[in-house]
Amino acid sequence: MAHFEKATSIKDWLNQRLALDKVEKVMASEYWIPKNINFLWAMGMVLAITFTLLLVSGIFLLMYYQPNVDTAFDSVNYTIMQEVGFGWLWRHIHAVAASVVFLIIYIHMLTGIYYGSYKKGREMIWISGMLLFVTFSAEAFSGYMLPWGQMSYWAGMVITNLFSAGSLELNGVVEWIRGDYVPGQAFLNRFFMLHVLLLPLAIIALIGIHFAALRIPHVNNQDGEEIDFEVESKKYLEGDKAGSKVIRFANDFMSKDMFVVSVFLMFFFYLTFWNYGFAMDPVNFDPANGLVTPAHIYPEWYFLWSYEILRPFGKDVGLIAFAIAQVIFFALPFMDRSQNVAPANRRGLFGIWFWAMVVDLIVLTAMGKLPPEEPYSTIGKIAAYLFFVLWIALPFITKSEKKL
Amino acid sequence: MEKSSRRGFMGKAFGAVAGVGAIGSLVAMKKSWDPLPSVAAAGFTEIDLSPIEENKLVVDKWRGKPIFVLKKTAEMVAEQDEAESARDVVVNGSHYMITIGLCTHLGCIPAYRPGKHNFLCACHGGEFNASGIEIKSPPPSPLVIPPFKIVGSTVLLGEEGPEYQKMKADGVVA
Repeated sequence: MAHFEKATSIKDWLNQRLALDKVEKVMASEYWIPKNINFLWAMGMVLAITFTLLLVSGIFLLMYYQPNVDTAFDSVNYTIMQEVGFGWLWRHIHAVAASVVFLIIYIHMLTGIYYGSYKKGREMIWISGMLLFVTFSAEAFSGYMLPWGQMSYWAGMVITNLFSAGSLELNGVVEWIRGDYVPGQAFLNRFFMLHVLLLPLAIIALIGIHFAALRIPHVNNQDGEEIDFEVESKKYLEGDKAGSKVIRFANDFMSKDMFVVSVFLMFFFYLTFWNYGFAMDPVNFDPANGLVTPAHIYPEWYFLWSYEILRPFGKDVGLIAFAIAQVIFFALPFMDRSQNVAPANRRGLFGIWFWAMVVDLIVLTAMGKLPPEEPYSTIGKIAAYLFFVLWIALPFITKSEKKL
Repeated sequence: MEKSSRRGFMGKAFGAVAGVGAIGSLVAMKKSWDPLPSVAAAGFTEIDLSPIEENKLVVDKWRGKPIFVLKKTAEMVAEQDEAESARDVVVNGSHYMITIGLCTHLGCIPAYRPGKHNFLCACHGGEFNASGIEIKSPPPSPLVIPPFKIVGSTVLLGEEGPEYQKMKADGVVA
């Protein structure tokens, strides 16, 4: 048995049993962050805070929501919105956070792409992050079903139909996923389970993996400089704080992180209180009706770019294109053949590739929102083609990139 | 050596037990997600065709899905080709289109345009003619004809009558 001494304080008592000091060092005061970074490096913390907002508001919604096709709509739109004290607040926080979390995820991803933070030892950070993105997408979709409005029902119908795999006509698979011929009680119940239990568990586990993946390669910096964290942290601990290239995670870097979080929260609550409409589709304020399709079915803004890749093609090609678009970003660390870890603007053609990709995603998003008419269909089709051309070009342009 | 082989045996034994358990639980989990018997047995729908007006779409419901019934005008019947006629359900001399009213692309409900005698799906712009055959992409196949049986002037959906079986034999329905 390990040796224990009579404790001199409560802290000492805990320390002997749980090694609190050591944990604090490993997790915070001796977890080293480069100095050469900007506010974009705070997006991870912003995401952690947004996830917490979703979790807390979700807990309160869960106390009144009823996962039943006859009562779900009213439990949200009447009970929570009108009867429960501050019920509207939880709903608006939940809806706005579900939308804004994707804005931050996209900024977080594009930051990673711009600075090359996905390669040379950082591949697992990227891959675990992509898994988080996919799980968040499933979480957003399953949550969208729950108010059981027209958009819930028809988005559920359209998305589950994707699993018939086009001409393969795997209707049995679709019916298995739904537990019915059409979205019904079984469907609502199982998506409720996914939304409040299985997917949040997966997200929490993946967040743990995502953080763990950072420990060994460490956080990237604005110049993609390879920092010797042993040497720099030693310099810091010996007192040369100015000469060291790193600072402590807490409280030093955290103070900057939390400042960005404060700015974000002001923006977030501005939206929650005064401008929540964008996160609440008016069509979803009609109860689900299996016999009336809404005039124009479109997903939430964050799925529009991939929806637009599905739209301009025939059924099978569209499905294949859509499936590739969903997973292609996983391959980024392996499609980028260059050894350079540097901001895109110093990487020649890759800089152009990056901005072309950003513009293309924005165009796809805009076209996805517009009705399937000319000239939008053609613009969307060109943007969808460009998306694939860019990915095919990536290994070639990065292979010929000059070593920096 | 002896010890490690004993551990090896225990490892394999656990692997076998876990494997059997895993397969068993996967079967149970798969079955738990199957449609319930009450859902699967969800009955039959009877549609009385006699009060239906020409060129006016009637929407009924079968197994939670919308059903389109369109009585064609004599002109529409005269204009259509063989492939279209093969899909008609003929009751007492009148020609009807009877299909599941879900676009074969992703399952939205197309809207009937009586002036143009065709259907437009608002989701992705697909179009079908008055026989339910796709005339504009992305839908890859015609609207689906549900199993039906003609009983006097009504049709019973969910049961395969001789007319449906003939369509099946002719390859009009899968």
